Amino acid sequence: MIHKHAAKGLVAVLSATAMLSLAACSSGSSPTAAASADCTAYSQYGDLSGKTVSVFTSISADEEATPHIESYKDFEQCTGATIKYEGSKDFESQLPVRVEAGNAPDIAYIPQPGLVNTMVATGKSFPVSDLAIQNIDANYDPVWKDLVTVDGKVYATPVGANVKSFVWYSPKMFAEKGYTVPMTWDELIALSDKIAADNSGGVTKPWCAGIESGTATGWPATDWVEDLMLRVNGPEVYDQWVNHTIPFNDPKVVAAMDKAGSILKNPKYVNGGFGDVKTIATTAFADAGAPILDGTCFMHRQASFYQANWASFDENATIAEDGDIWAFYLPAMTTDTKPVLFAGEFAMAFADRPEVQAFQAYLASPEWSNAKAKATPNGGWLSANKGLDPNNLTKPFDKLSYEILTNPQAVLRFDGSDLMPSAVGAGSFWKGMTNWIALNQSSQKVADSIEKSWPSK
Amino acid sequence: MTWFLKPETLPEKFAVMLLAVLLFAMIMGLVLAVVDRPRLPRWVPVVGYLGPALLLIIFGLLWPGMLTIRNSFYNATSTDYIGLANYQQIFTDEGFLIVLRNTVFWVILVPLVATALGLIYAVLVDRTRVEKLAKTLIFLPMAISMVGASIIWKFMYEYRDPSLPQIGLLNQVVMWLGGQPQQWLLNPPLNTFMLIVVMIWIQAGFAMTVLSAAIKAIPDEIVEAAKVDGVTGMKLFVNITVPSVRPAIIVVLTTIAMGTLKAFDIVYTMTGGNFNTSIVANEFYTQSFNQGQRGLGAALAVLLFIAVTPMIIYNLRQMRISEGER
Repeated sequence: MIHKHAAKGLVAVLSATAMLSLAACSSGSSPTAAASADCTAYSQYGDLSGKTVSVFTSISADEEATPHIESYKDFEQCTGATIKYEGSKDFESQLPVRVEAGNAPDIAYIPQPGLVNTMVATGKSFPVSDLAIQNIDANYDPVWKDLVTVDGKVYATPVGANVKSFVWYSPKMFAEKGYTVPMTWDELIALSDKIAADNSGGVTKPWCAGIESGTATGWPATDWVEDLMLRVNGPEVYDQWVNHTIPFNDPKVVAAMDKAGSILKNPKYVNGGFGDVKTIATTAFADAGAPILDGTCFMHRQASFYQANWASFDENATIAEDGDIWAFYLPAMTTDTKPVLFAGEFAMAFADRPEVQAFQAYLASPEWSNAKAKATPNGGWLSANKGLDPNNLTKPFDKLSYEILTNPQAVLRFDGSDLMPSAVGAGSFWKGMTNWIALNQSSQKVADSIEKSWPSK
Repeated sequence: MTWFLKPETLPEKFAVMLLAVLLFAMIMGLVLAVVDRPRLPRWVPVVGYLGPALLLIIFGLLWPGMLTIRNSFYNATSTDYIGLANYQQIFTDEGFLIVLRNTVFWVILVPLVATALGLIYAVLVDRTRVEKLAKTLIFLPMAISMVGASIIWKFMYEYRDPSLPQIGLLNQVVMWLGGQPQQWLLNPPLNTFMLIVVMIWIQAGFAMTVLSAAIKAIPDEIVEAAKVDGVTGMKLFVNITVPSVRPAIIVVLTTIAMGTLKAFDIVYTMTGGNFNTSIVANEFYTQSFNQGQRGLGAALAVLLFIAVTPMIIYNLRQMRISEGER
């Protein structure tokens, strides 16, 4: 008995110290969620006092994770539940290990629908509740639900989103040199030629790119191919390609790769500020846009989330339509169609306790998307939730992304490599595109090797 | 008791850890107290001493090893038996053949060059005034972690466009000599050798230390007798020194070769296995954990195991022989 008391005392003392240090940490973060939350919208989730939901995500950097933790405050206050957040850079390899070891989180934010499918196959995940389906139907384009529907059951709710079909540029530099934003692919190539001619010789080039990303090296190049698949072949062929009803080395795919190569592998166009074509393979994707601010590069194709990177190059860079940095939509072949490549995360549940289901449903509600937008004062985050009030997005660029993403005319397609089996989408496709640049392998050879690696089942 | 079964906060985890350590100490104390009693049947102390170690080996090594061998004959999700298909793919696919070729380069070059450098260095600095300092210098890389060494060398090899200032030492030296800067880590097959240099840099110190001790253990009479017979310099090295330290050389060679087969950190940190630089240990990780190809990963692990086994056996036999000589 004495032992038990002693142990309890020890635990109490230790936890008291932990509380102190936690308090010390939290005092530094901004108190965004003011205590006056309106709880009427939360009554549907019931009273969850004393219940805990654990969330595991790939978002681990403080500046991105803190807004997530802050965004749960309203839910926690109104329902009494506690949300435990954990982010890891090794999310993709850790999640399967944890699920199989019986140590799964209650909720995981999965950026790849392909991984959602894999997790459904483990039999350890649960379909979403009816309330969650109501929320998805009311607030999201049907494409979001289809992506995570397996055998007629919906297995995850949408969380965040980003738009990939963007080309970053400097409006100030464009105005200075008299360049205009291109509206079609041919105009884009003409502009590239013009910039190349204006800066012949030297390290200044029209485009800069970088695909180095540790073990994920190559993914930014797969985005290029996906964007060009949509533009050269259209959404129907894109779907066939992603679902493998046409082979990866189909001539149409090779043609799209060559189209991407007409920029990425053109020594006249790349790699501004870094050197020759091959430097693309060794340039970290996070640094690849930096030469735009130095004036040695004019265009950089990267997703909306790249907005957050500019401040790390120059704190004073203004992101505005007439500022130092802005982005234009990667033009299609004609102005008649506007295909948009996008990506996002999905919340998947590995427990069916009521509080887990309630929280999962809440993530698909307009209340959460708005709370998250308000908790992200530095911008760089959005969701495709139709109930999200664009005025809650603090940055004009996020508003632009949101408009593109929720435009009823847009032809939306999810990042294809995230939909393919991981042996391709997180393996041979990345590796193949890396070889395509670094070893100057032909589009045909790369496509052949990726096709060979496609799992037979 | 929920905190005990499902520790969640840090203090709870520490409490559980302390309890586990206490439990371990108690059991070991009990074992030690019991086996020392006289007039116990012989099997009691045998089980007492060997039991825990045996259990750990069975559940920590043997069981997972068996499971890996089984998985290597199964598909990516370990659900369907597919025979030798994984091995067939490794030995026919162009990408995997490059991985195997690179591994062969590593296993041959690293032990040979590292041991040769270590041996020559040990002989050269032996009984000189700067011996201690010289030995410390070459031993220092051993103290740096593999990842740390890889990052250091990544900077050494760093490339910048010729029109920009170089930040990599190697390319700056090349520029000074009038050449063009190179992408050392990008162009195969040169990049594999650039990675091998890093491993040699780390391992040469180990070879030097062991061989230097062996050289010092050569009896003075032998060396003096040889010198009386007029053997000096190169001949002394080839005919006296090398044969005398032969068992040590073999132990060093095989130990480094085994370490090289398992080398993962250098490739993972410096190129991520891209640009045709992957080796078996790195490919095993990528296939198993990034691409979810568990069958292929297991097959690669089994190949590594098969490659290491003869070296372990040879190493153990050599050690037994050299122990028997003493």
